[in-house]
Amino acid sequence: MLDALRNARAAAALIVIAAIALAFVPLFSSGYVMSVFILLFANVALATAWSFFSGATRYISLATAAFFGIGIYVLAIAHVYVPVPVALIAAAIIGFLVALVVGLSTLRLRGVYFVVFTFGLTELIHQVLNWWEVKINHTVSRFIFTDVSNIAIYETLLVAALITIVGSWYVNQIRLGYALRAIGEDETVARHAGINTTRVKVVCFALSASVMAFVGAVLALRYPYVDASIAFNSTWSFQVLIAALLGGGGRAWGPAIGAIPLVLLSEYLAGTFPHHFSIALGLCFVVIVYFLPGGLTRLVLRLYHSWLVPQLKKAEVL
Amino acid sequence: MQAGNGTILSIRDLRKAFGGLVAVRDISFDIPEGRIFGLIGPNGSGKTTVLNLITAELSADSGSILFEGREMVGRQSFEVCRARIARTFQLVRVLPYMTTRENVMLGRMFGSAPTSPAQAAQDADALLERVGMAGRADLVASQLTYIDQKRIELARALATHPKLLLLDEWLAGLNPSELRIGIDLIRQICQDGVTIVMIEHVMEAIRALCDRVAVMNAGDKIAEGTPASVLSDPEVMHAYLGADDAAA
Repeated sequence: MLDALRNARAAAALIVIAAIALAFVPLFSSGYVMSVFILLFANVALATAWSFFSGATRYISLATAAFFGIGIYVLAIAHVYVPVPVALIAAAIIGFLVALVVGLSTLRLRGVYFVVFTFGLTELIHQVLNWWEVKINHTVSRFIFTDVSNIAIYETLLVAALITIVGSWYVNQIRLGYALRAIGEDETVARHAGINTTRVKVVCFALSASVMAFVGAVLALRYPYVDASIAFNSTWSFQVLIAALLGGGGRAWGPAIGAIPLVLLSEYLAGTFPHHFSIALGLCFVVIVYFLPGGLTRLVLRLYHSWLVPQLKKAEVL
Repeated sequence: MQAGNGTILSIRDLRKAFGGLVAVRDISFDIPEGRIFGLIGPNGSGKTTVLNLITAELSADSGSILFEGREMVGRQSFEVCRARIARTFQLVRVLPYMTTRENVMLGRMFGSAPTSPAQAAQDADALLERVGMAGRADLVASQLTYIDQKRIELARALATHPKLLLLDEWLAGLNPSELRIGIDLIRQICQDGVTIVMIEHVMEAIRALCDRVAVMNAGDKIAEGTPASVLSDPEVMHAYLGADDAAA
């Protein structure tokens, strides 16, 4: 118990220090470094939000791109009429509401049916939106004109990523977190232990979707224009899923640990081997999955317990 | 029925069919409060289906299930649990990656008297001690033996604070000494005020524990009474043993 408390305090201190350090990065860095960090924060927030629901309940969702795209479109449409902060909040709310409706109708599907449905959902929204834009609005794309600085985007996504991680950690400690994990392990037992599984699933799915829509809306501020294919690109769904798996489950910080190397690796490979990018990335995954079946979380925990703790004890820090 | 004891659960004309197969055919019985009620019968006779209907794991085609006068048909499983009916499963079901304590905490946190995780952890340890699992609270459930997993299930069911506990072959697969411990445990739970319905094939346990027994065969209730009277009923012997052996 004392150990757990000390660990929690150490983790909290670490997060606060890292957050303050990261908040000042824009003062010293180039545009390129900033944009890598922006991508990093976006992926950390998305992977953490995905894992919050799908990692715990094992309802593997490929609808990340759907909610992300909804966020992009809400911003693209709304920023003309309302201030940007209002548009961002609207994106989160609309993402939440869409997920609520989708969740109520589909979260009774299990296993591969749910996976396929969520994958199809992205494509469905993509095509319907495309049709609506072409037939009703007589356009294929929308321009985004804002004067939001890169620094503001950076700081917003940093805060979003932190809130998502801390929120996810917090939920893990309370009854809702236990309910989510119980649903993942045996939904029948969860139901018979008095858990309103439908409500828990739908609400958490919607919470996770609202983060995704918010992140999409913030990233959209960097796009000069969007169309349905840009907004609803399934690559996002897969990349987020891979980041979360690479990180490993069980800890709130796991998906973040996975997202960081994934984004950096993608950046490096895209710059160095632009033509063989996807092959090189795929090869890396095979190696990672083969040598790190428990994800980076387990590796970090093992290093922490077998190396760092003894070192600290020797140095009489602990 | 004994004076002073009301009926806690009243089942009337309960029916469930799977396609053309009628698994439970319009059966009725009353469970007296504070007693242990046995539900026996050959494999496939519909006993577990009855339990699944009571706990809303399956929805009844027709009929009524009154628990303390309130209709349970049409409710969801979590509502039945919160109404204070708990169960164990025929094939033991634990949450495999959670610890023993977390398994039991779940029933405490979401049952009929929900508590905070901290309070639930305390109560879980007490319940684990009661089912003979003291000192094993931090083990991961999937690492435990079959009998210990059954104990976890029982502790989890008790953690929901039930008035009525449904045990589905909870004593199956135990060795003779474990069986004795199990029988004592069930008796103790009943003495603490929990009404019990047990599906069981171990007749020794039925004789030792049950005040009343209902016998099912092919979806019908074919007999009901005290264990001694029911087990000597020719129709029951027929159902269990077949025509020739029953006549002999």
